[in-house]
Amino acid sequence: MLLLDCPFCGVRPEIEFACGGRSHVQRPGPPEQVSDEQWSAYLFFQPNPKGLLRERWRHVVGCGLWFNVERDTVTHAVTQVYEMGAAPAETTP
Amino acid sequence: MSRLAQGGRIDRSKKLRFTFDGRAFTGFAGDTLASALLANDEHLVARSFKLHRPRGIVGFGADEPNALVTVGKGAYATPNLRATQVTLTDGLEAFSQNRFPSLQFDLQAVLGLFQRFLPAGFYYKAFFLPSWKFYEGMIRRTAGLGRAPTEPDPDRYAHRHAHCDVLVVGAGPAGLQAARSAAQSGARVMLVDERDELGGDSAFHGGRIEDRPAPFYLHDMAAQLAALPNVRVLPRTTAFGYYDHNLVTLAERCSGGELAQRIWYVRAKQVVLATGAIERPLVFPNNDRPGIMLAGAARAYLQRHAVLVGQRPVVFTNNDSAYETAFDLAAAGAKPIVVDVRSHPDTQLQTGCARRGIELIPGATIADTGGRMRVDRIEIVPHDNSRRRRVACDAVLMAGGWAPVVHLFSQSGGKLRFDEVQSCFRPALPVQAVIVAGAANGAFDLATCFAEGARAGVEASRRAGHDAVVIAPPQVADEAGLRIEPHWRVPDALARGKQWVDFQNDVTSADIELAARESFCSVELLKRYTTTGMATDQGKTSNVNALALLANAVGKAIPDVGTTTFRPPYTPVTFGAIAGTARGDLFRPRKYLPAHAAHVKLGAHFEDFGGWQRPEFYLRAGETQEVAIAREWRAVRNGVGLFDGSPLGKIEVCGPDAGIFLDRMYLGSASSLQPGKLRYGLMLNEHGTVIDDGVFARLTPTRFLVSPTSGMALAISARFEDWLQCEWPELKVAVCDLTTAWATIAIAGPSARDLLQRAGTDIDLAPDVFGHMQLREGTVAGMKARVQRVSFTGEVQYEVSVAWSSGAALWEALFAAGEAFGVAPIGIETWLRLRIEKGYIHIGSDTDGTTIPADLGFAVPAKKQSDFVGRRSLTRPDALRADRFRLVGFESIDPERALPVGAHVLPAGCKKPPALLDGRITSSCVSPVLHRSIGLGLLKGGLDRRGEIVTLFYEHNTLSARVVDPVFYDTQGARLHG
Ligand SMILES: [Zn+2]
Repeated sequence: MLLLDCPFCGVRPEIEFACGGRSHVQRPGPPEQVSDEQWSAYLFFQPNPKGLLRERWRHVVGCGLWFNVERDTVTHAVTQVYEMGAAPAETTP
Repeated sequence: MSRLAQGGRIDRSKKLRFTFDGRAFTGFAGDTLASALLANDEHLVARSFKLHRPRGIVGFGADEPNALVTVGKGAYATPNLRATQVTLTDGLEAFSQNRFPSLQFDLQAVLGLFQRFLPAGFYYKAFFLPSWKFYEGMIRRTAGLGRAPTEPDPDRYAHRHAHCDVLVVGAGPAGLQAARSAAQSGARVMLVDERDELGGDSAFHGGRIEDRPAPFYLHDMAAQLAALPNVRVLPRTTAFGYYDHNLVTLAERCSGGELAQRIWYVRAKQVVLATGAIERPLVFPNNDRPGIMLAGAARAYLQRHAVLVGQRPVVFTNNDSAYETAFDLAAAGAKPIVVDVRSHPDTQLQTGCARRGIELIPGATIADTGGRMRVDRIEIVPHDNSRRRRVACDAVLMAGGWAPVVHLFSQSGGKLRFDEVQSCFRPALPVQAVIVAGAANGAFDLATCFAEGARAGVEASRRAGHDAVVIAPPQVADEAGLRIEPHWRVPDALARGKQWVDFQNDVTSADIELAARESFCSVELLKRYTTTGMATDQGKTSNVNALALLANAVGKAIPDVGTTTFRPPYTPVTFGAIAGTARGDLFRPRKYLPAHAAHVKLGAHFEDFGGWQRPEFYLRAGETQEVAIAREWRAVRNGVGLFDGSPLGKIEVCGPDAGIFLDRMYLGSASSLQPGKLRYGLMLNEHGTVIDDGVFARLTPTRFLVSPTSGMALAISARFEDWLQCEWPELKVAVCDLTTAWATIAIAGPSARDLLQRAGTDIDLAPDVFGHMQLREGTVAGMKARVQRVSFTGEVQYEVSVAWSSGAALWEALFAAGEAFGVAPIGIETWLRLRIEKGYIHIGSDTDGTTIPADLGFAVPAKKQSDFVGRRSLTRPDALRADRFRLVGFESIDPERALPVGAHVLPAGCKKPPALLDGRITSSCVSPVLHRSIGLGLLKGGLDRRGEIVTLFYEHNTLSARVVDPVFYDTQGARLHG
């Protein structure tokens, strides 16, 4: 049960949030210029790192806003949170 | 009686009566069920799980593998409680488990005679023909624990959340000292311990602290802590789970009051684990008879409860810790013998034995034991097998070393390391904010426990932001270490009989070695194959012994075999406590329609739809469900019906870019829509799968009202937010879910217009002015309303929405206006069947995770149209296959027989499965209007197979159906636009 530091509301328990999977995924487009290979790479292939992972989380029963969380998938330590659209601080993976 | 006249911390003035299997006994206040049974010389308390062997009490607390009992009767019965952790109360009724007809004479113990035919993995080897299912029922009855009561649990439970700076788990010397140190820093401290009495195992020792008897000193420490304003002390509270970011769950057994138990969710800045250690049994032949228990437990029963477990006990040890037990027993009047596997025990211990007249037999092991319902003899053999000797006894007290309780540390993600000197696993690398102290950290002497506790308390409060004052730990006498010599089992040359490792699951050393020979060499495989460590005690007493035996069998070092993963709960938690108040009416909120009372009056039969209590159909006197549905059906087709559709999703999407946004979210253009008009759209995910459908209305150029499927409004508005915030933040759009701001009543049928007119409205209802798929705002029956013309039934249909608070009034007004037209209230079951006649799909029923728009007859849009979610997937090769499952209609050849939903279409020529799925029925009904049995379904090749007669297979029956167009009623749509 994580504690997440919502950039807008502060530290709240995980049950208030929903995870939206990996962050900073580039959606390929426009569709007519996207090959089957590019599109299937976007749809089906997800890295599953042992270590730091940047994810999107939404504070569903709080402010309702999406933001980014950088988390260690082994220890679940949260290394940084930052707003949607912002660039993460550099971390050594 | 084994109760001593003096000593112990029991209240001899408070006699408690209790029964065990119906027989009456007495104990004293301060007893547990286990200590009271032992005081009454009741050693046989259970039958083992698999083989029904007689078993007695082994431990003193959470470690107990054998003494599982059911406490209470009927609805109050709680099965599988450890007798060692049941506080004795007056009138308590306890029952043994897993025996038939009685504990003393168990017919299934005959199984034990066949034990050599039931080796490790026997379930997998013996019970696969014809199938596991064939045997499962019999085995489940034979190998069983207590029975769960069938009545609802009448006890009350609650949940509570708490925060603190330092949570200390375990109130032995280390935990008490940690809590004291942290408390002095001003930190908010919680101290929890699973026992009634704080002090840990040290409270059962005869030792002295600061020149006072240890129990008195420790109890005073606990009392002083409890009096501090910044400390909360919870006895009878088990920390059973350690989750991410220092969330620790506790189960508190409440004493008195209204609550049976309370579950705590504690978020601690820092956690100190001072959870102590569990003594390990020794593995030797027939070491599972009643009367064979742990040496430390025997000492605890003596010091805490004044129970002498045997007059002639044999203490069997491989380390120094058991000698104190022997000395205490001798002092209490017993005549113990000590068998030490070590050839040269310490001379001080030797003289200690001699001085007390205790016979010490070093360099030997126990080759066998005897006694049917309680151990009465043992056979002692020196390691060189030079001379066997039989000794009569009434108890065997095992001391195989100590295993730190690392369960919570391991649950927290911490890594363990093996300590060769003390033969045990100890905490090594923590990953959360946790410090381990005392015996849990492998410190087995009092002075080190106090010192580690003090350090942990100071460090934890410092890390939690409090300046900690270092307090000198109390003075205690020096103790030597364990000086343990591993003795993992008795060699075959000396042994006579099975050597038990896991008592609760009946696993022997031979089982483990067999598993190793059959290549189950990893500990995780071993565990599943032999079931060792998988009983309700999770192998608290057996894990390390099993690991060591596996390591020996495969020729590896113990740390190289690894440990299994510890998972919550540390000890079992009753389901009632986990559920807390979330049961019955409080399980989840029920949502009621605004006109609920009117539906009740009309005879509605309610059903839960996505949390909403909705009328499924309305029963008139003497009607069956099907008769009622057919009546409602005809009312819509021939007259008019009213349907409460208030849960219909209503999401407003506003802003200059609202149209563009909806274009990207739906297959179906919104930006080209004129204000006052509606359009139907399909929502896809990025895989192109249809996940919802809905109607969007343009209220103004910058404002849309989107109606997704009922029950989907929350999910769809969350989806809108997701794409808006994360993918297209440049769009100027706001989304607001107003589902419960508007009540919606649908009027459907040929007389719908007349009804609405009669109810009174300022909206011009003329069909050429207010046509199908249009929206108007105005008043209805004097209420401010939005009226949409959409149809889920195929008839003229108006959906009138007013403020939620006016919903009941709207229903009453429309119903009154409808009486002249024979209006009928329509339930959702009828509503969902009406749409089948029109071939209107219900997403999730008529579609699945592979259905794309083309499968439903929606054309893939031309290239020039804008991008939308899932669009690119619609031209993937898989989306263009000709043999995709596509929507068709089915008509049963027998018009009276309904097509079973879920029935499979068999491929042409196939009369009987197995066969590849060719299609399936997704919705069906027998129409009382068309007098036909019709359905919708997905079929390979879809409508290309129109006219074909297919064979359906369902529950071993077949029936025939014709593939037809999925529109059965008013195929031209004349009535819809009427
Ligand atoms: Zn927030």
